[in-house]
Parts: sequence; C-alpha cells; structure tokens
Amino acid sequence: MEVLKDIPCGRTVTVRKIIGQGAVKRRIMDMGITKGTEIYVRKVAPLGDPMEVTVRGYELSIRKADAGMILVE
Amino acid sequence: MQGGKIMHVRIALAGNPNSGKTTLFNALTGSNQYVGNWPGVTIEKKEGRLRSDKYRDVTVVDLPGIYSLSPYTLEEVVARNYLVDGNPDAIINIVDGSNLERNLYLTTQLAELGIPMVVAVNMMDVVEKRGDSINLKKLSEKLGCPVMGISALKRTGITEAAEKAVELATAKVPMVPRHRFSDTVEKAISAIEDILGDRIKDRHERWTAVKVFEQDIKVMERLNLDENLRDRIESVIADCENEMDDDSESIITNERYQYIASIIKDSYRRKSNEKMTTSDKIDRIVTNRWLALPIFALVMFCVYFISVTTVGAWVTDWTNDVLFGEIIPRAVGNFLTSVGTAEWLKSLILDGIISGVGAVLGFVPQMLVLFAFLALLEDCGYMARVAFIMDRIFRKFGLSGKSFIPMLIGSGCGVPGIMASRTIENDRDRRMTITVTTFIPCGAKLPIIALIAGALFGGAWWVAPSAYFAGIAAIICSGIILKKTRLFSGDPAPFVMELPPYHRPIAGNVLRSMWERSWSFIRKAGTVILLCTIVIWFASNFGIADGRLLMVEDINDGFLSKIGGFIAPLFAPLGWGFWQAAVATLTGIVAKENVVGTIGILYGFAGVAEDGQEIWGLLSSSFTTLSAYSFMLFNLLCAPCIAAIGAIKREMNSRKWTLFAIGYQTLFAYAVSLCVYQFGMLLTGNGFSTGTAAALAVVALFMYLLLRPNREKTFNAASVEAGF
Repeated sequence: MEVLKDIPCGRTVTVRKIIGQGAVKRRIMDMGITKGTEIYVRKVAPLGDPMEVTVRGYELSIRKADAGMILVE
Repeated sequence: MQGGKIMHVRIALAGNPNSGKTTLFNALTGSNQYVGNWPGVTIEKKEGRLRSDKYRDVTVVDLPGIYSLSPYTLEEVVARNYLVDGNPDAIINIVDGSNLERNLYLTTQLAELGIPMVVAVNMMDVVEKRGDSINLKKLSEKLGCPVMGISALKRTGITEAAEKAVELATAKVPMVPRHRFSDTVEKAISAIEDILGDRIKDRHERWTAVKVFEQDIKVMERLNLDENLRDRIESVIADCENEMDDDSESIITNERYQYIASIIKDSYRRKSNEKMTTSDKIDRIVTNRWLALPIFALVMFCVYFISVTTVGAWVTDWTNDVLFGEIIPRAVGNFLTSVGTAEWLKSLILDGIISGVGAVLGFVPQMLVLFAFLALLEDCGYMARVAFIMDRIFRKFGLSGKSFIPMLIGSGCGVPGIMASRTIENDRDRRMTITVTTFIPCGAKLPIIALIAGALFGGAWWVAPSAYFAGIAAIICSGIILKKTRLFSGDPAPFVMELPPYHRPIAGNVLRSMWERSWSFIRKAGTVILLCTIVIWFASNFGIADGRLLMVEDINDGFLSKIGGFIAPLFAPLGWGFWQAAVATLTGIVAKENVVGTIGILYGFAGVAEDGQEIWGLLSSSFTTLSAYSFMLFNLLCAPCIAAIGAIKREMNSRKWTLFAIGYQTLFAYAVSLCVYQFGMLLTGNGFSTGTAAALAVVALFMYLLLRPNREKTFNAASVEAGF
C-alpha cells in the first residue's frame, strides 16, 4: 500500500483505507474519497503543495498533510 | 390548491457550493431579497419572496452552500439547525448535473429529514452539451421524490420546480427516503430507534437515528440521554463497528456513496470522452508549474492597479475633494447660514459629520470597483486557484491560501480587505486573517509615511518600503505567534477544496455581490462613523474654562487635548510622549488621514498639504529621527481606523474577538515601537536605561512566542503515526 501524497502526477490509484479520525477524516470522506474510490493525481501546485486530484468526476485540491492520511493502491 | 394561495409557505434552498444555488435563488426571487446574517454567526442569511403568478406568499430561504450535514463546519451546522428547528415546509435540493455523484451525497442526507423535497438537477444544458444523459424519471423513482431538470442560468424549469415544492408543502407530503443501508447497519439503526423510542417521534426520526449511530456530537448533546441509554446505544454501535471493521461515521459515508453509485449506474449515462474540456485547457495554463505565479501576479496587479490607482482613485479623489470637499459642504453651509443655524451646530455638521462621514463614503467608488473584480474572480472560478497556488506560503504562518486576497485589497483600504476575508470558510483562518490584514499600510496611511519621510529623513527613499516591509513582517510574525496560542489551536481543519470548472461570469451575480458588499459597508460603517465623528468633534471643540463647559476657541483647550496630555506619558517610552503626538494618534483612530491633519492644526497651521510640507521644520524640532520613526511605526501598526474596526466587528461578529484583534494590534505596535526606539537610543550612545531593559524583556518574550514548539503540530503528527 502507498500513501496518496507520494503518488506522482498522472497516475490513477484506488483508495484502500483512510486513517485518522473526526473532522478531518469526515471532511475527506464527505468530498467523496471513500474506500474503493478511484483517484487520478492531476497536478501539484507550483510550490509543491497542495495537490490536485480528480475524484468522482470533479477536481479537488488537497494538502499533502491530509493526503498523507489516504492509503491507496 | 386553494389552500396554497392562503397559507404562508417557506422553502429552504439547499445544495453544494458551486451548484448554481445563488443563481437559482436570484432567479427565483428577483429583487425581493433580504440579506442578513444567521443568528450568532457571520454566515450570510438570504431570504426572498418567490416570484410566481400562482403562489403569492412563498418565502425562499437560501441555506449556506454545503457538501454534507456533518457537525464539523459552521455552514453545515447552520444549515441543519435551520432544517431541523426552523420548520421549513419544503426543501428544494439543487444538484449539479455535471457533478451528479458528489452532489447526490447531500441529497441522501437531506432525504432523511422527512421534509417534503424536490430535487432540481441544474446545468442540464451542460450535461446535454457534453453528450451525457440523466434519466430524471429513474432518478426520481430511486430517490423517492420529484426530480426536475433545470437550468438556473437560462431560467428554464425553475418556476416548475418551485411550484412543485409549494405543492408538496401545502399537501404536506413527507419525504420518505428509499435508500437502505446494508443489513448490519439497518439493524443497528432500528435498534437505536427502539432504544430512543418516543424521544424522536417527529418527522426527523430517521435522520436523528442515523446521526445517533454516527455519534454526532451535536445531536447527542441535544438528546441529553441518561447513562443507561447511552451505554445501550454505544454497545449497539460497537457491535456494528466490529462487524464492519470501521468507525460508524465512516461506515455511513461509505454506504451513502455506494448507494449513489448504484443509482447512478441506472440513471446516468456518461459519454466516455477523454477529450479535454475548455476548462481543463484554461487550467493547464493558469495553474501551470511555471506560469501560475507570473499569471497570478499579473492578475493581482491589474485588479489593484485598476481599482486602487486608476479608476477607483479618480472617482474617490473626486468624491473626497470635490463632492465632499466642496460641493456638499458649500451647499449645506449656504443652507445652514440661510436658515440662521447657530455657529456651533454649523461647525458640527460641516467639520464633524460631513467631513468625517464624507471621508468614509469617499471610499465607496473604489470599493465598488474592487468588489466588482472580486466577484468576477470568484464567479469565474479563479479565486479557488489563487488559494491553490498560494496555500503553501500562507500555511507556513497559520493562514490559508485564501488569506492573500484580503491583504492585497487591504493595501488599498482595510475595510474591503477585511470584508474580503468572508471567502475563507475556515473560522480560525478567517479570524487570523482579519486580525493581521490591517498591518499592511493602507492608502490612508501613506500621508503619515510621507510626512515622516519628508520632515525627518529628508525624503529618504527607503522609508516607505521599510513601512511595507514592517507590515509584512508583522503579518508573518503574528501568524507564527498566534497559531501557537490556544485561541487559534483547536481542531485542525483540513484544506480540502473543490476546484470548480471555469465558466463565464454571470453579470447579474457579479453586480449583485458587488452591491451587497458595498451597501453593507455604507450602511453599517456609516452609522459607526457618524457617531464617532460627533463624539470627536465635541471632544476637540468643547472644554472646561472658568469652571464651565463651553465651546473653546482654540483646539488646545478642548477635552481632546486634555485627554491627549493625559495619555501622552504612555508613549514616552516610545520617544514621543508629548500631547500633540498622542492626540494625532487618537484622531488617527477616526481616520488615518487625520494624523497629518491634526498635527498640522496642533502646530498652528489651518490646513496642510497631504504630506504636511508646511510643518516639516516645526516637526523636526519636537521629533528626533528615531522618535519619528517609532511614531510612524506605531501609527501604521496599531488599531486601524473606526471604519476598519467596524468591519472587524462585523466580520468577527463577536465583541470578544473584535477586542482581541484591536488589543493585539495595539500591543504589537507598542512592542515594536518600544524596541525600535529603545535599541536605537542604546546604539546612538545614550546608555542603558530601564527602557532598554523593558525592550530586552519584550524581545525575549517575542522570541519565546515565535520559537516555542507548536503543540498542535506535534499532536497531529502523533495521531497520524499512530494510525499507521
């Protein structure tokens, strides 16, 4: 298993597990990142953080710190 | 339907951000809108009367744009409180058809409330243009409520959707959600329903049971169950969590999305085209690794240049110098003379109210232009990209990518700057941004800089840049210090932000947003200013002489100068403990332009140029270069003018936070000026004094606050590691 924040641009991965709890986890899941969701890593911001991913057909910006909680394959 | 025409119906409009909710609301209600704030919070509350020939008495309530009904963000709590306690008669759930999957997530939650509901699928035109198709009939069957296709922009289908909602409301058709969770979860939920029994016998029954299963803090607090019931519920949840190997909140979220995937499969057909949309193409350039920052700088420069230095400034100069400087005072003056008004009242109206309120209203044209640009950037989707590009830098000192806009605007005028902080959703980031925004020297502070640079530094080129540099340094240091305090710690908020597709801005939305923001400034800042100008006028023109209260000839005898003399010793450690400087600082609170004007009056000149050239000579006799620099720094960094304080009060929506912000700014300014003056004295060979010791202590404290470890950060890292 890998962590979403380490996935290079242009790769598509599937969410296996989201670690953490409470507000942060809920917010990430509310936005549609749940177990089994496909995530396409689209780009990284010019200064290296946050990253932009495509999930459930829309664009989402997520900080690497938060992407560190998403385990993917 | 006869009843529908008599009964008063309230419809709540709910949906995701960027789903076209504002456009729909504007289209449904036209100009019959009332904008306010939700009780207790700064989130905008909009209500309007439905434009309909069929129904006369229907109110549409625009709920904040939300993704979910979780208990974690203010918008979500406001929305759900209204839905549960405000007893709306029906809900129109607006859903972005081009982003159906995530939008339906909120729908599944709204459905559980049991309130009559209509789902309005927006942007049907976009969906069709893409070659996709949504089977509305099937979707309606699956969801268990009417589903109607609309285009809020082209205003198609919107009246039908609203009338359908009114129909359901008058017929009181409760919403019965069709979706079922997996058997294990359903078993747990019905067990909870049994345990709760009569406590939740209302139309929100299912919603409450699901929330209890999720262990929603807010709902649990309100139910206020005794320990026995809580234990029984907890064991039901624990059993289910063990079986599903996840926490209950995540179980529900997962299942909702699974359910949505299952209904979408039947009702949504996507033409598989991998071809890039126009929005993608724009985005590829605008957030490009190398081009993003230059483009951003260019956009900001244009916005700033047009609204502050060119168009806005021309109009503002005209309103300030001509309209409120000549035309209105002359007209009012002539009128007052013609009706034989007493001299003092004339002075109050002309010198107090008109010049004070006029100074503030003079900023309105500039703000109109600025707000138009802001609305434009927000509406077309660029603002989200700004936050995306800038987030990395601003996060370093406890702010977010969206904090940049308020500061940029703040360099023109702090009032719209503070108001621009509204776009920051996270409460903590917003408060922090509001607190530090006015550290940036605004347009009205420029005369102070010009005066000091001209009078004491012989017009040295570095004085003005150093003032901006001090402002930026103040923001950075404050960010680092404040984010480590308990006030700004608390739950870490994730920065998960949708980047909506670019689209052409809608003129109506832009103009409306521009007007609403400007109007709230005119109305509220106007009232505060009015009061203050009257107070200041009395304080400076009245005094006690021969044991009587009377109007004084000379401003030196007024209360204001007495107050100035009284507080002047406070500023002695900063090097300018004489009353003229103290009074100038005080009047600077009314409007920063006053600092130069007041000094002019106090040194015996009726009127001085903007940079106070006439008094340079006199000034250099009472200030040293060092004390002048300290004076300038204090006036730049301390509490902003009344108008900005009013804006802070409005945006914080809390007396406590307003006092905190102003207190912090003033304290910070004092500390900085103290250190600059005292160390300057030491370095110029004036020996070590108690003042130097105090400054050293301040520096030590400052360094401690700046460098101490961040408790919150360590907690975060620990919890992430434990998760592995």
